[in-house]
Amino acid sequence: MNTLFDKIWDAHVVQQVEEGPTQLYIDRLYCHEVTSPQAFAGMRARGLKCFRPDHIYCMPDHNTPTHDQDKPIEDPVSKAQVDTLAKNAEDFGLNHFGMMHPKNGIIHVVGPERGLTLPGMTIVCGDSHTSTHGAMGAVAFGIGTSEVEMVLASQCILQARPKTMRITIEGELGKGVTAKDMALYMMSKMTTSGATGYFVEYAGSAVRNLTMEGRLTLCNLSIEMGARGGMVAPDETTFEYIKGREYAPKGEAWDKALAYWKTLKSDDDAVFDKEVKFDAADIQPMITYGTNPGMGMGITEQIPASDGTASFEKSLNYMGFEAGECLLGKKIDYVFLGACTNGRIEDFRAFASLVKGHKKADHVIAWLVPGSWMVDAQIREEGLDKVLEEAGFAIRQPGCSACLAMNDDKIPAGKYSVSTSNRNFEGRQGPGARTLLASPLTAAAAAITGVITDPREFM
Amino acid sequence: MKQKFDIITSTCVPLPLENVDTDQIIPARFLKATTREEKFFGDNLFRDWRYHPDGSLNEDFVLNNPTYGGEILVAGKNFGSGSSREHAAWAIAGYGFRVVVSSFFADIHKNNELNNFVLPVVVSEGFLKELFDSIDANPQMQVEVNLPAQTITNQATGKSEHFEINAYKKHCLMNGLDDIDFLVANKDKIEAWENASR
Repeated sequence: MNTLFDKIWDAHVVQQVEEGPTQLYIDRLYCHEVTSPQAFAGMRARGLKCFRPDHIYCMPDHNTPTHDQDKPIEDPVSKAQVDTLAKNAEDFGLNHFGMMHPKNGIIHVVGPERGLTLPGMTIVCGDSHTSTHGAMGAVAFGIGTSEVEMVLASQCILQARPKTMRITIEGELGKGVTAKDMALYMMSKMTTSGATGYFVEYAGSAVRNLTMEGRLTLCNLSIEMGARGGMVAPDETTFEYIKGREYAPKGEAWDKALAYWKTLKSDDDAVFDKEVKFDAADIQPMITYGTNPGMGMGITEQIPASDGTASFEKSLNYMGFEAGECLLGKKIDYVFLGACTNGRIEDFRAFASLVKGHKKADHVIAWLVPGSWMVDAQIREEGLDKVLEEAGFAIRQPGCSACLAMNDDKIPAGKYSVSTSNRNFEGRQGPGARTLLASPLTAAAAAITGVITDPREFM
Repeated sequence: MKQKFDIITSTCVPLPLENVDTDQIIPARFLKATTREEKFFGDNLFRDWRYHPDGSLNEDFVLNNPTYGGEILVAGKNFGSGSSREHAAWAIAGYGFRVVVSSFFADIHKNNELNNFVLPVVVSEGFLKELFDSIDANPQMQVEVNLPAQTITNQATGKSEHFEINAYKKHCLMNGLDDIDFLVANKDKIEAWENASR
């Protein structure tokens, strides 16, 4: 009568601290350059070595430029942070995929695609989008830098056990509706704090029918509902995806792992602290109109009336929108395809399928940023680069890029950006930037028309 | 850092906005530091709300209003949502806040505050609303946050509320201990777990 979450969590409990948190063993720690330097500095100050260095993988992704990665990073502060990660990895004996390394990319794209993220694991990273890895049937969640230091020092973390929630989405997704739209729809219903304190398991036929890439997108956005993490029970889709990947178990080890992974599902009589159900048929392509990801609507709908809070007014004021307005036909300036949310091969396939035979609108600046070098290679292998080039798009080099604009991919103040990333917070894509979150299909439609467009018009 | 926590009585800085995300608390461009310089992060707390794009002070923002000050930040519900950046907690601590009061905190940020000896105090919606009203009526009114007793008192109304914190973390805050001290002292248990789960 256990949930999937319970099974994995319980299997990793080292001890229950009296009247306190759980000491949880961590199978995999991912480190990027932004949230780890102070943790390594803390280790040095305490004179500690990493307890289990082989469990830890490091790669820079937030600061990396999306061009000329073979040359030194121009911004000296970004360069220092990327260099610091390389030095820390070397000093502490950790795996490190540096810039231009063929295995480099956004940490949440690289983990699954290399077979480093596996079902049944506990996974943490100093990054809220660590929830992404839950798509593989893992308990994965974002942590702070002090907690990164805990894992470096002991391979454990002290955490309060979250409550469990199951979100079931039954039915078939309509034309032009993607995993991204599912997530934006859920957030619009549940708000950005609707799942705070919970670990979510996504279930139902609409989730089962998603590809691995789609599930990664869905779980990626769990944190935007406030959830500690999100997960999908591993199944044939998961096993098929993992098999043969570089770090995945092989031979006998594979058979043994597979037998275990097949036990990783919530029991039929499992009890969740909360159950939520949605109907896939109610979801249409989504777009956000405000400054948190829960402020989203169907692309043909109107911005709702103010809820009377100062936050709502501030938000619409920042975006330059008014309540009651429909966004269709509204001129946009930038399109961003990428991020740990939508920087995978399927996202590039979707974008390319829609722009094929069309041309990018002249006034639109489009940044297409693969999530990793592996995605980049696959884009070229499948000839998607040619389709995109013919339509007037160029492919940049991998990294987090304009999702949070820590490199030089910044949307200028006041400009509108249709973005496949995960956050539309004020200034997220650059000071004053106005972000509209959407799927790769909706972003593609906007890129060729230059205005907010229902992607179904091109399908 | 590691400042022992006991009873704090202070005036408050009100921020009656909901869903204040960590990108607002400290924008991403200030995350490039490789050291924990709390002053640097504190100086850039709420940077894009405190300053206009041209760098001039936004006098409408509460941190720039000399009427308000103190060690207690009072914020609308769902404080600290979004990014896991601990820099947000460093910025709050670096600015000089030791307590953040709200009716609801995002999970990761709440842990980050605790790990930096900033106490997140969760109060009821009603208590929070009344607190904002009291501060509005008299910016000099004080609030007492009593960690040993786990109570928060609005001294303008005299009303108190109990707040939750687990006994372990309370002990850490009151004694200036952190989780790494605890974990490193437990390595035999970790090795035993590893051996048992092979």
